[in-house]
Amino acid sequence: MRALFDYVLKLGDDSLILGHRLSEWCGHGPILEEDIAMTNIALDLVGQATTLLTYAGELEAKGRDADALAFLRFDREYRNLLLVEQPNGDFGVTMMRQFLFDAYRLPLFERLQNSKDATLAAIAEKSLKETKYHLKHSSEWVIRLGDGTEESHQRIQEALNTLWRYTDELFQEDDSEKELVALGIVPAISEIRDAWKSNVDRVFAEATVTIPSNNWKHSGGRKGMHSEHLGYILAELQYMQRAYPNMQW
Amino acid sequence: MVTKDQVWQWLEEVSDPEIPVLTIIDLGVVREVALHGQDCEIKITPTYSGCPAMKTIEDDIVSKLSEKGVKQVKVDLVLSPAWTTDWISENGRNKLLEYGIAPPTDEVDKSVLFAEPPKVGCPKCASHNTRMISLFGSTACKAQFQCNECLEPFDYFKCLK
Repeated sequence: MRALFDYVLKLGDDSLILGHRLSEWCGHGPILEEDIAMTNIALDLVGQATTLLTYAGELEAKGRDADALAFLRFDREYRNLLLVEQPNGDFGVTMMRQFLFDAYRLPLFERLQNSKDATLAAIAEKSLKETKYHLKHSSEWVIRLGDGTEESHQRIQEALNTLWRYTDELFQEDDSEKELVALGIVPAISEIRDAWKSNVDRVFAEATVTIPSNNWKHSGGRKGMHSEHLGYILAELQYMQRAYPNMQW
Repeated sequence: MVTKDQVWQWLEEVSDPEIPVLTIIDLGVVREVALHGQDCEIKITPTYSGCPAMKTIEDDIVSKLSEKGVKQVKVDLVLSPAWTTDWISENGRNKLLEYGIAPPTDEVDKSVLFAEPPKVGCPKCASHNTRMISLFGSTACKAQFQCNECLEPFDYFKCLK
């Protein structure tokens, strides 16, 4: 089913690109424990991406496996959110990006566990357990930085000001998704948005940060219209397969 | 003639590559053993989605069974029901503790946000006066703790439910 392929691809691309972004912190973390934490979370996300893209390949039934989907698609064929491809910035930007994403992924996976598609439900059930730890970690950092020193507060607030414009895209539902909602395969996005908003508000209140009043929103990733950052990510991610086609190790 | 029970027994000789003190049976990742004539089919489930040990476990199962004379072995990865730390055997928990890794507590995960870290006993002095250093540790399945009494830094096998 085309609609399901598209949907699974979106989830897989989100995990892959955010996992890659986090892996860029390897060896650069502000403290050893955080270096380890970010690479651990990257590992979970890349693991989820492998499962999701494998399933997407099966749904498509054109012989593409997870590697082919990850390494041999161009930027316009990627369906990830603009949020996850944004640069790491400072640690505050990375944690804010992670929090906004984790707070969306948790209610999404909770509901996808009941999907009428058994494979998607199984992937969600598995990934949900990991996502709980991710959200715990990122929400605690947002609070610690927001309600921390003057400097950390200012930086995490700036991170929110920069990233907020990408959050609308998390909750845009296209026609193919509506088709899946009608079939009971995917939850209605409004449910996810409500759960997300209530958690985001709770954490921001504790962190003493405020949602920027500028309401201008940016989207396009889900349709393959990406920011300039994705091209650089893919250049690194796909280098080996592009330079040495079909290489294996 | 090979029996299922034999296969389960042989699998007890395959250890987890990251925590070698545990066998894959202790860990609870082997879900099913099926025999079809000469063919053996084994279902395993990953602890974490990105667990890099799964491929090694798969290879180790194949080579262990081949050593025992089972030549046709197929290992499948199943995701559902998702692995939980409840599947670690009692024996496995004791081995972890002896090895210096605090086994998962049975705390039910009440909330994700604003949750207190679990109360974990120190594997060296058994004191519960410990603190969490980081939610993430040397592998995806562990967190880092330190004992406030004897100062021992230790790994805690995170509860996954």
